[in-house]
Amino acid sequence: MNSSLPAPSAARVPFYRDIRVLRILAQIAFVAGVLLVGWFLWNNMVSGLARIGGTFSFDFLDNAASFALSETSLPYDPATDSYLYAFFIGILNTLRVIIVGIVFASLLGLLAGIARLSTNWLISKIAQVYVEIFRNTPLLIQLFFWYFVGILKLPRVRDSIELPGSIYLSNRGLALPWFTPTDTFVLWLVIAGVSIPFAYLVYRLLGRVRAPLIYEWRGGWAFLVWLALALVAAVVLDPFLPSIPEIRGFNFGGGITLSPEYAALLLGLVVYTGAFIAEIVRAGIQAVPRGVVEAARALGLSYIQTLRLVVLPLALRVIIPPLTNQYLNLAKNSSLAIAVGYADLFYISNTIFNQTGQTLQVILMIMAAYLVISLVLSAIMNLVNSRLKLVER
Amino acid sequence: MKRYPLFVLVAVALVAFAVGSCAGATVTPPTIAAPTSAPQATAVPQPTAAPTQVAQATTAPQPTAAPGGPTAPPPTSVGSEVRGRLKTVLDRGTLICGVSGQTPGFSALEADGSYQGIDAEFCRAVAAALFNDVSKVEYRPLSAAARFAAVQSGEVDVLIRNTTFTTNRDTAVGLEFLPTTFYDGGGILVEKALNAASLADLAGATICVLAGTTNEQVLTDTFNSQNIAFTPLTFPEANALYAALNEGRCDAATSDKSQLAGQRAAQLTNPDDWVIMDATLSKEPLAPAVLQNDAQWADVIRWVIYATFYAEELGVNSSNVDDKLANGDTNTKRLLGGTGSLGPDMGLSADAFYRVIKLVGNYADIYDKTLGPNTKFNVPRGLNLPYTQGGLQYSPPFR
Repeated sequence: MNSSLPAPSAARVPFYRDIRVLRILAQIAFVAGVLLVGWFLWNNMVSGLARIGGTFSFDFLDNAASFALSETSLPYDPATDSYLYAFFIGILNTLRVIIVGIVFASLLGLLAGIARLSTNWLISKIAQVYVEIFRNTPLLIQLFFWYFVGILKLPRVRDSIELPGSIYLSNRGLALPWFTPTDTFVLWLVIAGVSIPFAYLVYRLLGRVRAPLIYEWRGGWAFLVWLALALVAAVVLDPFLPSIPEIRGFNFGGGITLSPEYAALLLGLVVYTGAFIAEIVRAGIQAVPRGVVEAARALGLSYIQTLRLVVLPLALRVIIPPLTNQYLNLAKNSSLAIAVGYADLFYISNTIFNQTGQTLQVILMIMAAYLVISLVLSAIMNLVNSRLKLVER
Repeated sequence: MKRYPLFVLVAVALVAFAVGSCAGATVTPPTIAAPTSAPQATAVPQPTAAPTQVAQATTAPQPTAAPGGPTAPPPTSVGSEVRGRLKTVLDRGTLICGVSGQTPGFSALEADGSYQGIDAEFCRAVAAALFNDVSKVEYRPLSAAARFAAVQSGEVDVLIRNTTFTTNRDTAVGLEFLPTTFYDGGGILVEKALNAASLADLAGATICVLAGTTNEQVLTDTFNSQNIAFTPLTFPEANALYAALNEGRCDAATSDKSQLAGQRAAQLTNPDDWVIMDATLSKEPLAPAVLQNDAQWADVIRWVIYATFYAEELGVNSSNVDDKLANGDTNTKRLLGGTGSLGPDMGLSADAFYRVIKLVGNYADIYDKTLGPNTKFNVPRGLNLPYTQGGLQYSPPFR
């Protein structure tokens, strides 16, 4: 077998058989291919724009938006504020859904994941049915369900369901009592903010006390200290007036109203993503070796203590990477808001490019915005992951 | 195994070459027609022979032309070189027409799968002129927000989708608007029980509106200029909007008045409980549109629309068109292709407008079929009467 091969140094390998040359050539060819595709796309865009007589410019963003929005986190006047500002409002509205959605989806997923492993047959089956139903149906359908079948079928605003504490539920949303800030509100906010480091100091000091009632509940004590400070400041300064919702004209006035569109989107995203997170949590818990759990129980830890002190910290290392994916999914799925009329980033952009005709530019802006949101989210989760990672020595 | 990278190289080179040549082809204008392409017949319809030929055309889609004449597909002429979008459409054999599909009276998908309404009729009118067959239309339902991108990208040949003719759309958006097929005005639909007489009575109301429409801007402008507080609630499509209105999520809806009438009849549980307020918020001339910079294609649609106006003015309708072609005056004959070369001059057959009137009808026929008193919408014609009767529908002379 070896006899027929030439000696290694006898003849030079031709360049087209030389793996080193081929590797470089292949990379050059690949880069050339990518450039060609890019050139083609760019050319296509330019010729397309030329065909309809358009230009590639972002100047239109300074023009007044001239369309009103149903929900704005900041003051917004369509007559004077620009398209760019409207776009910014859209980003804020999207973030409002993403952040709240991630918190609640995580909680729901954690609960459902633990419940899924419960030894109680009923609880585990309920969790399983929840996971299987919501994980295996399209999110858009679920959003329509929550909005048109769930929320819009609530009583009309004049027949609102009145819950204790001046809370009203109707198909115009959930009206809750809220506060109207007075002149001293900012001062109160400063005092409450300054109290937080103070409470932390209390927390550290209590950590040195060895009495169990103090040591084990030091977090609670510190919170109580902060609460007491904030309350005293509130009584002295009178920083806000209560505002109770009541029907004024067509809608509820006063208080704060959670809009049906926001509620439907949030509900849809939380329930859908929660089902995926439940499975991730379950997998994470099952990845903890049995022996560890048994050892914890043998040490006399209760079920809850085992879960809280032993299983979950270990499971978290397995959970975080796939959880990041689910958070990113939630962020991107929030663009389905348009289906239920919630004024998110995509929805507002849609209106912008419709009015201005600058479809290409606005689509690029949307993509950039979602990309930044996703990358930031991903960076945060990577940071968390690297902090939790097992440190190997 | 060692040859593997070489194959990859060759494959990459091939793909790169293919993409490169593709790109080259797209950059150059793709539709420069051959001056004498084969199916374009060389026989001009003889003016005297045309009437009989035309009459046959209605019974058989493939007119058996004069002996020796070509048996080519119907849309033939040498009058004008066919290029651009017109050539694309003729080669394809169907017209892709962007419609709403959710707007009763304009274009709505019916239970039998057909599209009905005034917009759908104009799609068919264009198909009649091009192909002598009203079924050669491919309807493309578009949301208000998606419609312009569909035209810009060339996905639809023509947009006949209750679209308001505005400066911005004509220039920045890159459309070419054609004659207005329906003069409309923005209005507000409210429940009778609210007893809202003026806009001020709607202070604080939640008002539903379609995303990406002129109504959205008009609503904001009107209420802000009168300092009336309101909350807009925007939906991407009409079905969702009127479902929300039906459930009481909003107090009122704003749209073009004719659409409000159509949707009220079609989508609300108790249409009689709702009323369209008298106030007219805006002018909404609804016009078909094509991509700008293709004058030949725009001309075809433009004159098909004018033909329906002019036919009404001349008293030519779908039932008397054959008689008019044989016995009408010169103007009528010229419109219908009995004399002159109006059709071939724009790249169509001589009997193009005859087919429109025969297969679809004049403007009055179309209106009565879709929005007139015998329909459930019963929209008064108002501004949409011919200029001779006090309306705005006016066709330039066909000569």
